[in-house]
Amino acid sequence: MVLEDRWLRETYVDLLLEYAQKDESIVIVEADLMTAIGTKRFQAVFPNRTVNVGVAEANMIGIAAGMSAMGKIPFTHTFTPFSTRRVCDQVTLSVAYAGLNVKIVGSDPGVTAELNGGTHMSMEDVAIMRNIPNMVIFEPTDSAQFRKAFPQILNHDGPVYIRLLRRNAVRIFDDDCAFQLGKGIVLKEGKDVTIVASGIMTSEAVEAGERLKEKGIDAEIINIHTVKPLDTELLLQSARKTNAVVTAENGSILNGLGGAVAECLSENYPTVIKRVGVRDHFGEVGLTEFLKEKYGLKAVNIVEAAEKAIEMKK
Amino acid sequence: MTDKISMLTEKANAIRKLTIQSIGELGVGHIGGALSLCEVLAALYFDVMEVDVQDSKMADRDRFVLSKGHGGPAVYAALALKGFLDIKDLQTLNRSNTNLPSHCDMRLTKGIDMSTGSLGQGFSAAIGMAVAGKIDHKNFYVYTIIGDGETQEGQIWEAAMLGGSRKLDNVIAFTDYNKMQIDGYTEEINGLEPLDLKWKAFGWHVQTVNGHEIESILHAIDNAKTTKGKPSMIILDTIKGKGCDFCENLVASHNMPISEEAWKQAVEWLDREEV
Repeated sequence: MVLEDRWLRETYVDLLLEYAQKDESIVIVEADLMTAIGTKRFQAVFPNRTVNVGVAEANMIGIAAGMSAMGKIPFTHTFTPFSTRRVCDQVTLSVAYAGLNVKIVGSDPGVTAELNGGTHMSMEDVAIMRNIPNMVIFEPTDSAQFRKAFPQILNHDGPVYIRLLRRNAVRIFDDDCAFQLGKGIVLKEGKDVTIVASGIMTSEAVEAGERLKEKGIDAEIINIHTVKPLDTELLLQSARKTNAVVTAENGSILNGLGGAVAECLSENYPTVIKRVGVRDHFGEVGLTEFLKEKYGLKAVNIVEAAEKAIEMKK
Repeated sequence: MTDKISMLTEKANAIRKLTIQSIGELGVGHIGGALSLCEVLAALYFDVMEVDVQDSKMADRDRFVLSKGHGGPAVYAALALKGFLDIKDLQTLNRSNTNLPSHCDMRLTKGIDMSTGSLGQGFSAAIGMAVAGKIDHKNFYVYTIIGDGETQEGQIWEAAMLGGSRKLDNVIAFTDYNKMQIDGYTEEINGLEPLDLKWKAFGWHVQTVNGHEIESILHAIDNAKTTKGKPSMIILDTIKGKGCDFCENLVASHNMPISEEAWKQAVEWLDREEV
């Protein structure tokens, strides 16, 4: 597996620029992190469509809501904790409850906040956003998938939370990959266990699949880029086949991808499930690899979980 | 009194009576902070704002955001008198399946431009509307009313700072300064004074007027429109529960139970005053 050359934030700004040329309603509303996300490149081309409110995240969401009420499609950005927990009420009421169309970008998901440490490391952002009615939650896996997703996000008339890795992702998809918002993608078919992964955990899941194969276990691997709405049809279809499910996410297992999958299976087709992710813990300073090991977010953890799940279904 | 002022005074009285009646028929509600708004709403809906009853979504209409969303019943009365709603719709106020909830909801109510209720947020959205208007070189104004208690919200000042910084002279905001909030007198809980100087310091053009004198309100709006390069804050010196004998100048009027006898007497009293 190879890391992409281009950071995902650069792809984000490329996409903003590309679609903003065609769609005058696209604007960006920022809170003093344009340098971090790279949107000064957008400002250089569209100064009049760039609103930097300064360090005032609640106001960023309010301004974006007001602009949406005027027919704009605002993209807001700050780091994941400040795009979710800090502005939970503003996103809930001024955007979602009001039925407005704001795209909310949260960067540096989970452990990738690295040296900014625990204050900037939200493990709970997906959980917060999942509880807001009508919120779509999308986490791009790599740049090819993000490019396919972007026009669909744009055409979706409602709020979307984009959980965006700033740095370079492991390449998973081809440039001409198929994509549908809300529909999971089977990366590898298998019959013994289903591994459902999002974001940076997708490449760990692929690696886990290879290791399991060496052990004679045939894993089905699914990328869930849209945690909400969850592709329940695909999940149930796979669970009915394998009868053992493992989830893998870069964030809290409580009410995130693992929570969503557990809810779906429990209600529809009770299945053995193991969740790989952060287990009710704050973040801390550290490089991504160190934190992934510390919180059990590696391929080896997925392998262990898969073996346990298979053992339990017997 | 000119014909216009006389007409607007009648409208304000009609808004006041319908507000007392709709909340009274329900038996409970945010009556105090609704009744302090009647004159400014009459001025806005029946003289100042460019809105179209036939086309409530008219692209370049003036926008109105009641950031103190709990004053919704007074706005619904104004919308009904204007023709956006039927007068009889007011009887559904805050009842199951209503289009007129206690706090303003843009998805439910014709003529409402922004959903509000969580204080501080509507003002921020109003500033966002004004930013969009400037981007598109539109001439409409955004009118918004905040409460004095609401002024304690941090988001008000985040938005105020941006409005001043971006010189949004297409915003005309009002503070309903009735000096009371749920728990008591505003000055005793978390004082706002010097309120005018605070807004001035944030780059706003500030006027203070009697919020129950329609002529003064209109004059202040005219001044605001001729002020270029600054957003305007018009501090309305008001009385909570104004014009309603059982709740005027009463802290408890923020949200209170109301008997049938009380609201009917209050409306009768207002009718007699008019004669």
